[in-house]
Amino acid sequence: MVWMVREMVSEILERMAVHRAPFRLEHFFYQCNRVGVGSVPMSVLLSVFVGLTMALLTGYQLERFGLVTLVPAVVSVSFTREMGPLFTGIVLASRIGAAYTAELGAMTAGGEVDAIEGMGIGATRYLIAPRLLAIFLLTPCLTVIGIISGIVGAAFISNLTLQLSFGYFFDEVMTNLLVKDVMAGIVKSFFFGAIIGTIACYKGLSVRGGAVGVGNATTSSVVSAICTVIACDSFCNIVIVTFFP
Amino acid sequence: MSTTSNILVEMRGVKLKFSDKVILDGVDISVREHEVLVILGMSGGGKSTILNLLMGLIKPDEGELIFKDEDLVKLTRSKLNTARSHMGMVYQTAALISSMTVRDNIGLPLQELSEKHEEEIDSIVDAKLELVGLKDVREKLPSELSGGMQKRVGLARALALEPELVLFDEPSAGLDPINSRLIDDLIIGLRETQKVTSIVVTHQMESAFFVATRMAFLHEGKIILEGEPEAFRQSDNPIVGKFLASYSEHKKDKK
Ligand SMILES: Nc1ncnc2c1ncn2[C@@H]1O[C@H](COP(=O)(O)OP(=O)(O)OP(=O)(O)O)[C@@H](O)[C@H]1O
Ligand SMILES: [Mg+2]
Repeated sequence: MVWMVREMVSEILERMAVHRAPFRLEHFFYQCNRVGVGSVPMSVLLSVFVGLTMALLTGYQLERFGLVTLVPAVVSVSFTREMGPLFTGIVLASRIGAAYTAELGAMTAGGEVDAIEGMGIGATRYLIAPRLLAIFLLTPCLTVIGIISGIVGAAFISNLTLQLSFGYFFDEVMTNLLVKDVMAGIVKSFFFGAIIGTIACYKGLSVRGGAVGVGNATTSSVVSAICTVIACDSFCNIVIVTFFP
Repeated sequence: MSTTSNILVEMRGVKLKFSDKVILDGVDISVREHEVLVILGMSGGGKSTILNLLMGLIKPDEGELIFKDEDLVKLTRSKLNTARSHMGMVYQTAALISSMTVRDNIGLPLQELSEKHEEEIDSIVDAKLELVGLKDVREKLPSELSGGMQKRVGLARALALEPELVLFDEPSAGLDPINSRLIDDLIIGLRETQKVTSIVVTHQMESAFFVATRMAFLHEGKIILEGEPEAFRQSDNPIVGKFLASYSEHKKDKK
């Protein structure tokens, strides 16, 4: 995996040394469209429902202590720091990570990757770079969209069941949400994007054994990406809590 | 042919194992410029492996692979990629990019490695397709073509960058006699008009003798016979003899 990233970086640098774009912009935009625009509906849907459920449950608990007014703060902070990045990571690992592994795996199994390499084009530069960059840059964007949808979902249900007006909800969100929380969420999501993309591409390029191999690689890619994302999330939390309290 | 021409490709003592199975056990081959070397040998003998080695797709366990006076094994990747852009390979399985149209497949090396405009690429693509006897396939996907057509698109792609060395892995397997003849003529044409050097792996003896200026026979990981086609016809090596006998018997039967 380290080999793949190193190979890609050095191929890109060599390419730039002769003053040529490392990859074609249209390939990059195509991947961005797929990763970003394509994932918006699923990300929004998931976040709205998770936000909604969280507001409902915390509201239900806090109501007993008469602390319903805390719901906006609780939901928005936990969504920004934790749920937003994590759910976006899971959505992308299953939607895009799987697709990357499957398509690169099929290309490897069919000898297409070797053919590209054999032309002297540089397979990692041509195939991997646009994909990795797209998922790396767009995971944070999707995270922001996810966070906003989650908060909107929470506000919606709070308005219905907890009698908190939209105005009050968003005022509370604004006062309680610190720049620090937003930064924590966004920095994490950069890591997640990089992890998912790297694992997916690596698993794709190392496929052995035809169609079944592609299937196994895809499963393994999604499973390892989700596990690594969750592990990385805990690690980031520990670091954030320890060093930026 | 001039005998003073330079050596373009040379393999020296190349050994390769795939998980303890010895595939190549000290292969020495040298190919001079403007030659067509035909490699013969049993199926599974390692002929495709030799071509993959020359493309730098696999590394030998031992030995040197010289292309234009440089050892491919020791080159940095950017030099290796430059060397590769002077070679073209027709893969045994065509290996076209399945998600791209024929036009983009052939245009891919041009787009990535040359400074040409799209219009120039278009005209090169058309020219190469005509060369391999295909028309009206530009906008098709590889999966919409027959096996033999895919193979010829693969050939057109290999020729797109005007390589100095073309490696053919069974170029005419799966083609009808007319198209198979067309490929043979193309190999000869490339040699005569564009001074292209070729290494051809084939099982079709007729075309082997038709295109070859030299031949090599690979058996059990070694080149057991190398020489002009005439030397092959008169060889008293039992294995080569058997290999050729089955071909000439066929011919006699038909006469
Ligand atoms: N990637 C690989 N991993 C392991 N073994 C391999 C691999 N590629 C080829 N082999 C083995 O190497 C041997 C030579 O294969 P190769 O494809 O070079 O044969 P070939 O001479 O081209 O045969 P054919 O005429 O049928 O195409 C075979 O025994 C094959 O099992
Ligand atoms: Mg073969």
